[in-house]
Amino acid sequence: MTDHATPPDGETPDDEPPDGGAPVPTDSVDAALASLDSDGVAGYNYAYLDEHTKRELRRSMLKAVAIPGHQVPYASRPMPLARGWGTGGIQASLSILGPDDIFKVIDQGADESVNAANIRRLAENTADVSTTTDTTEADLIQSRHRIPEEVLTDEQRLVLQVPITDALRMVDSSDAANRRRHAHKNYGKMWVHLYENVVEYGEIQIASRYPTMVADRYLMDPSPIPRWDVPKLDDADHLTVLAAGREARIYAVPPHTEVEPLAFEDRSFTVERFPGRACHACESTDTYLVEVSEGATESETDTFETRYTCNDSSFCEKRRTNPGIPKDHHLDREGVDWGPELSDVATDDAENATERGGNDE
Amino acid sequence: MTLLEAENLQTVYGPGCSRCIESTGDRAGTNQCSHCGSVVACAEADLGVEAAEVLGIVGESGSGKSSLAELLALERDDDATTAGDIRYDGHDGNLLEVDYETRHDLRTREIALVHQHIRDGLNVAFTGGGNVAEKLLSAGHRSYEEVRERVRELFEETEVPVARIDDLTHTYSGGMQRRVQIARALATDPNLIVLDEPTTGLDVSVQARVLDTFRRVQREEGVAAIVVSHDLSVVRLLADRTLVMRHGRIVESGLTDRIMEDPHHEYTQTLINSVI
Repeated sequence: MTDHATPPDGETPDDEPPDGGAPVPTDSVDAALASLDSDGVAGYNYAYLDEHTKRELRRSMLKAVAIPGHQVPYASRPMPLARGWGTGGIQASLSILGPDDIFKVIDQGADESVNAANIRRLAENTADVSTTTDTTEADLIQSRHRIPEEVLTDEQRLVLQVPITDALRMVDSSDAANRRRHAHKNYGKMWVHLYENVVEYGEIQIASRYPTMVADRYLMDPSPIPRWDVPKLDDADHLTVLAAGREARIYAVPPHTEVEPLAFEDRSFTVERFPGRACHACESTDTYLVEVSEGATESETDTFETRYTCNDSSFCEKRRTNPGIPKDHHLDREGVDWGPELSDVATDDAENATERGGNDE
Repeated sequence: MTLLEAENLQTVYGPGCSRCIESTGDRAGTNQCSHCGSVVACAEADLGVEAAEVLGIVGESGSGKSSLAELLALERDDDATTAGDIRYDGHDGNLLEVDYETRHDLRTREIALVHQHIRDGLNVAFTGGGNVAEKLLSAGHRSYEEVRERVRELFEETEVPVARIDDLTHTYSGGMQRRVQIARALATDPNLIVLDEPTTGLDVSVQARVLDTFRRVQREEGVAAIVVSHDLSVVRLLADRTLVMRHGRIVESGLTDRIMEDPHHEYTQTLINSVI
């Protein structure tokens, strides 16, 4: 009665049952751990998802590529992670990863965060891929809230995790009404939101999830990337896939697609500015900086100091060993305009600009 | 020049049957079909509006005024079955049969509706200025300063205090909300405005100011209007011509003065006598 899991005698298959399916003793944790002789992934399909799921995801992705910016529904399977923690991104990544691919996962610009490390390990264990923290080496990059500083190429794909798929939800909570708006390209309400933003702040103050027109047709939520990263999507060389697990929607920005942040003719889109600031570790002034509060010295951990540092940790690392290395150092061409211009920094802090000029020589 | 011409407009709530029309209306003395129970909100309605003319529609509550006004303003009610033919100057075909996009476009640029209920017409989560700006932004204006200037101009024109432009709409008084709706309706220089009960819920002095404002703006801009009201004095003040409705039918129509001084239909006579 109690051993449903054990097949009746005589029906046991000849080959060894997969150890992933063997019952684990539950008397004590030590005993349970001791009984494991592998990492427990045997019996799972390649890349964790079954083939039908992967096929469905790829089909949705193809549709998303065919209609840039349009939200395509997909099944969104349960993953070994709570929805809202990047399950959409993982499913998208796992369904297009192959054994020859090199995979990079970042969370808010960092490769070392627990979530990024776990996702990376899941792919390593189940999809047999090698992983990297170097943006230029990766074939596929899964990211939450950032697009890397280093220019992505047409050999690379970017998967962005998306918590909220519809930019219009900012102004109307009804998905039915919003779908109708998308169908008819009726974005008046979003424009009122921007208008009232200018009224209130003198400029459009949307910190992340900046409403963006894709190919002059669909309004897209570019996921919670900072405004800094939005221009990188415009006419990009790489494919961007945006996937939401909880909402079961996938959308995409194919290479060389026009991506335009909504703005008025006389109140243009602006990115974040860090006048006079530089990364305390690599001294970069042309990267997206974040404020960190850290122990001022190793010995005095109770005194905190507010400092600025690069958000993209792997590029910061490179700049530390190789100061002033450009964002397109790995490419043959010159003058790749990835990321915002530096005019603000230059005018706001002439001294800083001169210093940088000196460095260049 | 005729701006809008409508024929045989009809709105029915309920399943409807072949005998709905004959068993309702003025002669039958009801708007509910005795055979299938459907409510014939309005039927057999023919009317025309000339450019820059004001047409009044009066009648008691439930006579079908608002249903008719909604049809004319291209407002859709999914619960109702509608029929009829509306021709509009410069547009080919029946306005009741256009697709969503054309309808949206017409409602943004050509025909504006001032709703009876504030919440239908304004987004109270937006500022007053935002509500007016929405019309302009939907019509494709992309210069912030130009939109801002036009909104200010409209606030002045409709006598809404410009200092309140950036306050949320729900903080406005009833009269201000009504005027903001009128400002919003005027924003894109439409050719026709439909006003549904413009004075409901306003006290007498505010009523007078709203009507005054509207009459002045209507003349200045040369915009045609359809004014729906249960209040004869509103129609007398604004309308050049008037239709009288009862039980979902137009029972009398003519110049407003003629209707007021020499009502022909028995119901109109009662209506006017009960007011004056």
